[in-house]
Amino acid sequence: MAQLVDDDPRIIEFDVRTDEMLINMGPQHPSTHGVLRLVLRTDGEIVSQVEPHIGYLHRCAEKIGENLSARQWIPYTDRMDYLAAMNMNLGWSLAVEKLMRHEVSERARHLRVLIVELGRISSHLVGMGAYGLDLGTFSPFLYAFREREKILDLFEEACGARLTYSYITVGGATADLPPGWLAKCETFLDQFEPVIQEYHALLTTNAIFIKRTAGVGVLSPEMAIDYGCSGPVLRGSGVDQDLRRDGESMYTAMYDGYAFEVAVQKNGHYPRDHSYPAVPPDAVLGDCWHRFFVRMLEVVQSMDLVRQAIDRYSACKEPLGEPLKLMEKLPVGDVYLETECPKGQMGFYLVGDGSPIPWRVRARSSSFSNLSVLHELCRGCLIADVPAIVGSLDVVMGEIDR
Amino acid sequence: MRGPAFLERLEAALPGAIVATHLEAIDPSVEVAAEQLVDVCRWLKESSDSRFDSLESVTAVDWFEPDPKKAAKVTWSPHTELIYHLWSTVSRVSLVLKVKLPRWKGDVPGQLPEVASVAGIWRTADWHEREAYDLSGIHFTGHPDLRRILCPEDWEGHPLRKDYEMPLEYHGIRAK
Repeated sequence: MAQLVDDDPRIIEFDVRTDEMLINMGPQHPSTHGVLRLVLRTDGEIVSQVEPHIGYLHRCAEKIGENLSARQWIPYTDRMDYLAAMNMNLGWSLAVEKLMRHEVSERARHLRVLIVELGRISSHLVGMGAYGLDLGTFSPFLYAFREREKILDLFEEACGARLTYSYITVGGATADLPPGWLAKCETFLDQFEPVIQEYHALLTTNAIFIKRTAGVGVLSPEMAIDYGCSGPVLRGSGVDQDLRRDGESMYTAMYDGYAFEVAVQKNGHYPRDHSYPAVPPDAVLGDCWHRFFVRMLEVVQSMDLVRQAIDRYSACKEPLGEPLKLMEKLPVGDVYLETECPKGQMGFYLVGDGSPIPWRVRARSSSFSNLSVLHELCRGCLIADVPAIVGSLDVVMGEIDR
Repeated sequence: MRGPAFLERLEAALPGAIVATHLEAIDPSVEVAAEQLVDVCRWLKESSDSRFDSLESVTAVDWFEPDPKKAAKVTWSPHTELIYHLWSTVSRVSLVLKVKLPRWKGDVPGQLPEVASVAGIWRTADWHEREAYDLSGIHFTGHPDLRRILCPEDWEGHPLRKDYEMPLEYHGIRAK
């Protein structure tokens, strides 16, 4: 091939660079999932640099935690990942229980599995529906919220709240499930199971959706680990890690005896993939499509776990047990515990000094680390792909800014 | 992994790096010298059998009691502690590293304590160290972009320090 020289007329065809432009996206932008502000350095349609600016929702929850007892801080964990508040309650409760060396009753253990897996479904439903919105399709959002509403109804019946529950607490849960609740939950699962195929038809196998997500924002497993990514973002890159199986014994004991397979692609296959849509040929492991698909698989996985939990919970006749006192004294020492929340690995660090009020609390947010990889994923992509990539990370600003 | 054998290998590779060990704690931790933090971290990531390829969190704890009555009773002397939670995705074990720093550099109030950044080893540290700088006032030397991350850029003070005082107003907004 002939060497192209500067005055070659053909070179104009290829060199489409224009002046650089800085575009501000957010904090009030429909597809940034809350108050996330991105400063894009663009050249025409190509993004050369993305800089996230966070902190618009910062409340310094960690400072507030230094002025409240461990149980009083639970409502603040609700407001971190407000789409999966049950899972946040559990993470903090377990961390406090770890420091106090407290073990909850068998009934409370199964109740917790039941509740947090329902929470995972509802969080992934929002993630899925909102992702559709980001990509310009409105219907999946309505479908997702239709089902999520039923989960919220169940939660409302169990604890009285629809978004910020404070239900799971240190030493168990604030109350046992009301009579008839399990039957309603089973009705929901029976009705929800066939609906998942609708989502696959609306999004997973939708040709436009595949065009927008397959091969976009590819995250290599090495980079995912280097940036501390976790949850579906990490598993979407093919890293086989799920704290429900690999985490600390304190946490994995909760899932003892439960059968589930980690939703990750191994040797080119997802577990039980015969019943799911095939991976489109354009999709590359670690791209937006895979991150989305892992979430969809986890919805099915969580349904399975909820069914198992219902069986175990109803077979368990011992009482639930009382939660610990509101002003229970914390022993001296420090603990750190990570749990697998829908968005990723949520860690809580806690320093006790003998008084009921912790000396220091720290929330290690999964979305915080997941978002920090954004500038790598967006380098060289199109402006229209930025919402697709941000949406596939499924971040929640309440958790990032704390 | 957390046994003495692991610590012996670390001590042999980097003599003098380990200052103290707390193996009887719920989360056993290793306290390392601030000057050797980067070497220890690089060794843990690249040479140790466990390959700690993931940094989960960087936390700063301010050990200072502003109330003089309570301060007379505490058993520790004022200092700042940095806690690094490491995780290995290969062998699935965790490790807690601790580093003790003075509350102020050279004990001059207002001079932020300094420690070397580990952002060159784990990219996670980039944002986590920015957060520790923002909220706890630790200066990470060698950090690629040490700016505030959660608080506004013109915010004064570091809220998670125990002697922090909330400003009376911020740009005409009453704050206290």
